[in-house]
Amino acid sequence: MSETILEVKNLTKYFPGIKALDGVHLTIRTGEVHALIGENGAGKSTLVKIMTGVYFPTAGEVLYEGNLLEFKNALDAQNAGIAAIHQEASMFSELSVTENIFMGHHITKGRTRRIDWKAMQKETQALLDELELDIDCNTLVKNLGVAQRHMVEIAKALSLNAQIVIMDEPTSALSMREVEDLYKIVRRLKDAGKAIIFISHKFDEIFEICDYFTVLRDGKYIGEGKVADTNVDEIVTMMVGRSLDQMYPKTDVAIGKTMLSVKNLAQPGYFSNVSFDLHEGEILGFFGLIGAGRSEVMRTIFGIDKRSAGTVSLDGKEVHIADPNDAMNYGIAFVPEDRQSQGVILQMSIAKNITLPQINKLSKYGIINKKREFEVTKTFGEKMEIRAAGWHVDADTLSGGNQQKVVLAKWLATQPRILILDEPTKGIDVATKAAVHEFISEMASQGLAVILISSELPEVLGMADRVIVMHEGKMTGEFSREEANSDNVIKAATGHIEEGVSL
Amino acid sequence: MSIPTSIKTITQRRETSLILLIGVLLFGVTMRAPNFVSVTNIERIVNDTSILIMVSIGQFFVILTGGIDLSVASMIGLSGMSAAMINQYNPGMPAGFVLIIGMLIGMVLGMINGAAVAYGKVPPIITTLGTMSIYRGMTFVISRGQWVTAHEMTESYMNLPHGNFLGISNLIWWGIVVSVIMFYFSKYTKRGREIYAIGGNKVAAKFVGVEEKKIHMTIFTLSGILSGIAGVMWTSRFAAAVNETAAGFELQTVAACVIGGVSIAGGSGAVVGVVLGALFLGIINNALPVINLSPFYQMFIQGAIVLVAMLINTLSEKRREQELLKGRQQ
Repeated sequence: MSETILEVKNLTKYFPGIKALDGVHLTIRTGEVHALIGENGAGKSTLVKIMTGVYFPTAGEVLYEGNLLEFKNALDAQNAGIAAIHQEASMFSELSVTENIFMGHHITKGRTRRIDWKAMQKETQALLDELELDIDCNTLVKNLGVAQRHMVEIAKALSLNAQIVIMDEPTSALSMREVEDLYKIVRRLKDAGKAIIFISHKFDEIFEICDYFTVLRDGKYIGEGKVADTNVDEIVTMMVGRSLDQMYPKTDVAIGKTMLSVKNLAQPGYFSNVSFDLHEGEILGFFGLIGAGRSEVMRTIFGIDKRSAGTVSLDGKEVHIADPNDAMNYGIAFVPEDRQSQGVILQMSIAKNITLPQINKLSKYGIINKKREFEVTKTFGEKMEIRAAGWHVDADTLSGGNQQKVVLAKWLATQPRILILDEPTKGIDVATKAAVHEFISEMASQGLAVILISSELPEVLGMADRVIVMHEGKMTGEFSREEANSDNVIKAATGHIEEGVSL
Repeated sequence: MSIPTSIKTITQRRETSLILLIGVLLFGVTMRAPNFVSVTNIERIVNDTSILIMVSIGQFFVILTGGIDLSVASMIGLSGMSAAMINQYNPGMPAGFVLIIGMLIGMVLGMINGAAVAYGKVPPIITTLGTMSIYRGMTFVISRGQWVTAHEMTESYMNLPHGNFLGISNLIWWGIVVSVIMFYFSKYTKRGREIYAIGGNKVAAKFVGVEEKKIHMTIFTLSGILSGIAGVMWTSRFAAAVNETAAGFELQTVAACVIGGVSIAGGSGAVVGVVLGALFLGIINNALPVINLSPFYQMFIQGAIVLVAMLINTLSEKRREQELLKGRQQ
């Protein structure tokens, strides 16, 4: 019953300086859920964007129902029956469900081509009912929950009579029960003969819902197969390529005394009862799904968000950190998740970026000591091997990898004792990734205590001395390097608390 | 850092192209009116533009954070009227003292703006839209709609901007001193750096401990102080405090910033550019009558220049982005 509907052959896409895709193959069949697997930066998003007409391939071809696909824009792809549901739902929150579903292809009537609201509402309600969604077609999207928005996006795809539905990490913001609802709909689409491309980092989902998988790595096609014939370890090895020990330059460091001790930290609505110790020379991994509350815990420790309960102690003494300045004075550095929106200031020079956290120390009576600023920049810029025409050039002239190095240099220059890294390798190329991993190892071997938040399982397993797993604001597992494996960590991250784990 | 790159950066800078543009403009006007580029006339233009320079610099810091201060003209009006009335009713008070009071009034008005934005979380455009009317209304209230005219002012008050030092008028000196201090402030002080940081990336600035509230207080207070000085200078220079003093002036300050290459989105721009932008506007305003163009065209031409400057900003930004992409290939 399943036949090939979309075939990607030898697809290659260059961006200036980057080979985003390099000879990729993908075969999608009707009535099948196809998992597209790869680490961040493996080329999944680029592939999706080519299939949906956002990008044009540099070389290679995409065959859709046997015909060469030549989309001029995203609308062409929609009309041809390929619909993508994006990670962060792109919707008009002030408009109703009906308006959202028919945006761009309103039903009109009469010579004046006025909008036929009645027809649109009727059709929308029929779609919603078909998906068994308890949503009124006139509800404003802003009043819907995240899960419901996803469902509306799916309804929109159906309204376009999509034959291929691409779901890009559809469950990242959903609760367990909502995920079940999503599975139901995915299965229904599958039974109706649609082809579904399912992009996910979560192995349990892949094994639950997908029939077939294709793995990409560094923009290259690695392999494909039936989900039923494989296991997590095999897929992880395909994703990473090398065995974990080769990939991650983790050096053995003697774990020293306790530096940071967090007890019963809580922030209503985000996380509760978070307790852990962090030791000298230790790399403590924090694993969890997006929205598990890991970043929020760190933001609270760093004094950006206020806590409602709990204590933070340094070297055995309780401390009160009211704002980031306090945290920096105590020797804590926090490299935030998204370097573009939270880390680097693009309009500022490398030097100004690097010295910003310690501008107080570098100035006297409010006037900046330019000479010392230059010295600090040079020392740490060279240490991080930032490649640029000079320290005075603006950060937006740098590549993503070099921008990330600027952010790391900036925090390193504060000479911290505790380094918190939030997804430090997200969205950077493989070479810089390796450099960042080496940097983390080196920091730990110099006696720093490192907290590594990561959503990439191989990275956490490969780098951390100890792994703490969070799920929906609670700690659901703590594993030593020896104990941790893809199985028990994933289980904890999806809310199964391991027996015998001491919390 | 080879020599060609530094030449390239100089030619790419907005300041360089503005200086060239000003040169072309002066040359063009001189063709029609040979006396335009004389020492006395240039001095007159700079004198006329000094107030605009001061207030535009205040506006610049607000725009640098991504905000806007629509109340500058009303702050000029209110502090100018207050100073003139203080002078009227206390003719014995030294004029320098009146100037300081005018400045302090501007400071308080600016702090009210700053507090509403920093602590009330009201967006700058709304805050200053409100205070623009409030301050203008207060001007009418305190003056009861009356003017303070030349014969009600003391000689020393009216001489505040006209006196001269080393052959240059006090007003020009004020423009120069404010420009130099603000240049230094923006480039060499911690607080100046923090203003750029907030405008460039609010979240990243928060992560390194920059306090947004303090920055908002700083920029609006600064804008108020500069408007306060401008208010006193305005009423003393024209020897009249009317209720509509400086009406519409806020748009000229925004225009000077935009022409000077300041990004309305915040995070980029420089004091030098703003000063040149203001001078450019001043030259245009003075040149129109000289080349026998009706002053009725003045607003029209100013608006057109702002639009063109905006277009140049967008186009050069686009080109820059493309060059960045190319540059990242290496």
